[in-house]
Amino acid sequence: MTLGFYPGCSLKGSSREYAESVIAVAKAFDIKLEEIKDWNCCGATAAHNMNKELSLALPARILSLAERQGLTEIVVPCAACYSRLTVTKHELSEDPALKAVVADANGLSYNGTVNVLNIVQMLDKYVIPNLEGKVVKPFDHKVACYYGCLLVRPHEILKFDREEDPQTLDVLMLKAGATPIDWAFKTECCGAGLSVSRTSSVGRLSGKIIGDAKDRGAEVVIVACPMCHSNLDMRRDSINTYLGEKVEIPVLYITQAIGLALGLDRKALGLQRHFVKVTV
Amino acid sequence: MSKIGVFVCHCGENISATVDCAKVAEVAGKYDGVTFSVDYKYMCSDPGQSLIKNAITEKGLTGVVVASCSPRMHEPTFRKACAEAGLNPFMCEMANLREHCSWVHEKGEATTEKAIDLVRILVEKVKYNHELTSIKVPVTKTALVIGGGIAGIQASLDIANTGHKVILIEKDPSIGGHMSQLSETFPTLDCSQCILTPRMVEVAQHPNITLYTYAELESLEGFIGNFKAKIRKKSKSLDEKLCTGCGQCTTKCPVKKIPSEFNEGLGKRTAIYVPFPQAVPNKPVIDRKNCTYYVKGKCKVCEIVCPTGAIRFDQEDQIVEVEVGAIVIATGFTVKQPDFFPEYGYGKHADVITGLQFERLASASGPTLGEIRRPSDGKIPEKIVFLACAGSRDPAKGIPYCSKICCMYIAKHAMLYQHKVHGGKSYVFYMDIRAGGKQYEEFVRRAIEDDGVNYIRGRVSKIYEKNGKLIVSGVDTLLNAMPVEIEADMVVLATAGVANEGAEELAQKLHISYDPYKFFAEAHPKLKPVETNTAGIFLAGACQAPRDIPESVAMASGAAVKVAGLFSQDELTREPIIAVVNRQAPPMYSSCVGCFLCVSACPYQAIEKEEIKNRNGEVIKSVAKVNPGLCQGCGTCVAFCRTKSIDIQGYTHEQMYTEVMALLNEY
Repeated sequence: MTLGFYPGCSLKGSSREYAESVIAVAKAFDIKLEEIKDWNCCGATAAHNMNKELSLALPARILSLAERQGLTEIVVPCAACYSRLTVTKHELSEDPALKAVVADANGLSYNGTVNVLNIVQMLDKYVIPNLEGKVVKPFDHKVACYYGCLLVRPHEILKFDREEDPQTLDVLMLKAGATPIDWAFKTECCGAGLSVSRTSSVGRLSGKIIGDAKDRGAEVVIVACPMCHSNLDMRRDSINTYLGEKVEIPVLYITQAIGLALGLDRKALGLQRHFVKVTV
Repeated sequence: MSKIGVFVCHCGENISATVDCAKVAEVAGKYDGVTFSVDYKYMCSDPGQSLIKNAITEKGLTGVVVASCSPRMHEPTFRKACAEAGLNPFMCEMANLREHCSWVHEKGEATTEKAIDLVRILVEKVKYNHELTSIKVPVTKTALVIGGGIAGIQASLDIANTGHKVILIEKDPSIGGHMSQLSETFPTLDCSQCILTPRMVEVAQHPNITLYTYAELESLEGFIGNFKAKIRKKSKSLDEKLCTGCGQCTTKCPVKKIPSEFNEGLGKRTAIYVPFPQAVPNKPVIDRKNCTYYVKGKCKVCEIVCPTGAIRFDQEDQIVEVEVGAIVIATGFTVKQPDFFPEYGYGKHADVITGLQFERLASASGPTLGEIRRPSDGKIPEKIVFLACAGSRDPAKGIPYCSKICCMYIAKHAMLYQHKVHGGKSYVFYMDIRAGGKQYEEFVRRAIEDDGVNYIRGRVSKIYEKNGKLIVSGVDTLLNAMPVEIEADMVVLATAGVANEGAEELAQKLHISYDPYKFFAEAHPKLKPVETNTAGIFLAGACQAPRDIPESVAMASGAAVKVAGLFSQDELTREPIIAVVNRQAPPMYSSCVGCFLCVSACPYQAIEKEEIKNRNGEVIKSVAKVNPGLCQGCGTCVAFCRTKSIDIQGYTHEQMYTEVMALLNEY
């Protein structure tokens, strides 16, 4: 089968290993990921702070392109991209006038027919039902599943999982053979874009997350967002400065962890690209 | 020939701001049959009413149309004025220019045109009005009070003390309600049980009060003055006459680990139990869901130890039918449980409790005998955090209203904690302090200033456990939204006060309305706070909205006065807006063909069969006959009647047709 694929900027740059592992896992289940041609920036955090129409037109263009390409369902692994695309779909379906404005700005027709999946939904829908017999190396570790701020919020629009204490990643990891721990920082802020402008703040915010995971005995932190990953992984020095100790718990994308359980090649999953060495 | 008077009211500016009232009066004055037409600023005022009365006597009016507000507001006022001037009150009609016109439209010609239309409709209708006489019905001078909390107790005692009979039903095994669970009460810190239990005993001993505990309303029929209620007395598995309340059975019962409802789950009870030592009546019931005999078929220890042989395992629920003239609903409220709050751990943390649970911890009759000990390990908390507005004032949680009692009981809780745990630290997270009430603000200030409770203005985003402590993570909005983290030993959530689970079902049984949050609706938010829209049914206490004790008691006494007022009359008059089957001269004639579809359609069993006989006593035919005492004027039978033989008085086919034709300018 074929699913549309919107990588967004991160998966082409700092989170290349996320893209690699998504593709590798998809391949293992005979899912062809067809990248949306001529895709553009989703607008991320900048656009909706500046101009509402722009913030909707950018994701709408991506969805229009997908429609034109004949795609009915697309996978959006980045949590921020997923949020922008889903919010856009929601807002345009509520407001036909806005829909017309946006379609006009893009010069592309927009029907809102494309189903947008985040990585958890994709795994849940197409991977988990066929998982039986494919787990050759159960991911036998205590894992702290970290959802971050965007994956399950705002609930009114996404209608996905429980916003305060989400469970879907935990259930997925349980099926991959892991032991998810009950912890308190599943949806706490990692510091997000402050990663660049105020690294020490990220050290404090992400430090609390890593600190709690460590205190509760986690061996691995599981994420589904490039921003979360870069803060928890790339900013580990700042985190360790905040914590006052050297914590070396690796941070894995959910697709990397599932890929390991499937026995996929470590390099194909991009595990060598992390700052904190992946020892599991 | 009709002589109709039209009286157009400005309602201050409510109508005149968008409707040209003078023009309405002018146009109406030209209609056929209208002999007098005038507009005035406040028609419901004394001069306004005099205007109507004088016109009736001076012009000899045969019909009156008052064009003003909704008939729900002032129909009784204007009909009474007409009656005082000698006109049959049912010759007075109202055109609703306010709710149906001026409030919902912009100022303009079209609005005035609509007002004129509304008046014309009623002018034509009133030409077909007939003089009607109010119906007299007897009053059963017994009141039914539903709910035995403080509101129900107060209402029962007040009614009983006026010399009338009261039947009080309570769904739990004992009366007392939430008030019996409380430790001390604000703003005086007097012990709740000390002021309540004497009242409970008074109820039990009052010669005018019949008390049914462990009983619920099964169904209700009838109307004001003449209700018929069926009460389900749930089986207590006990012969109450034989039981002496010695307590042998509860001591020996082997099932001892059932969470006690009275102690909000913080203590345990047995399967045969008295909810608390001061219960009224102080006799046990068997909880059949948990009793070993009912679950497994053997045990019967209670039967063996009972010295009077009072246990009745085969006792069944009993339905008692009673006739009452008025009903007071005092079913109270409940609080949201911590599992409603994902951000506070979905009820995961044993030491995150509700305000009502804290009451049990602070109460001398509670599971810790009044010592503040946390549920998880029984330790005395050194740091305690109270969260106001847990759910309340939070539209995202579906509870946008203020639960009203929390600000005060939190101040009380924090105060009690400071009094009992010397050196302890208490914190209150609040949105606003709402301490409106006599001595309420002073009470809160005492908590802050004398007892050193730390008040932090801000919300808590999260509570989680870390190293045996509860980390309360919030914000101080008076310090520029500075994040605050408190490592607490125990957290008390002032969870929202909400309607009881069965509130909706009960409202439907009683045919009363309720608000979106399932609190019962009062008839008027300001002027009829204890009445419902169903005559003869009154409200008291927190079933209507969150209420504290003084308010509940005041409401209960208010409702009791309403009931006593009702019972001061031997007969009640009811509006004659009821169905009648036509019977024209010669007296035996009726267009009714006796199909009796109406009998099956009537929701009030108000239609019976009547035989028309000739002078030899032979039956000519059977026709329908409406019992005026039972008919509620709903009109269902009118719609069902195939020969149009039934009319609602005041709303006849002829009148309805005339109204429509008037609207179509056919007159």
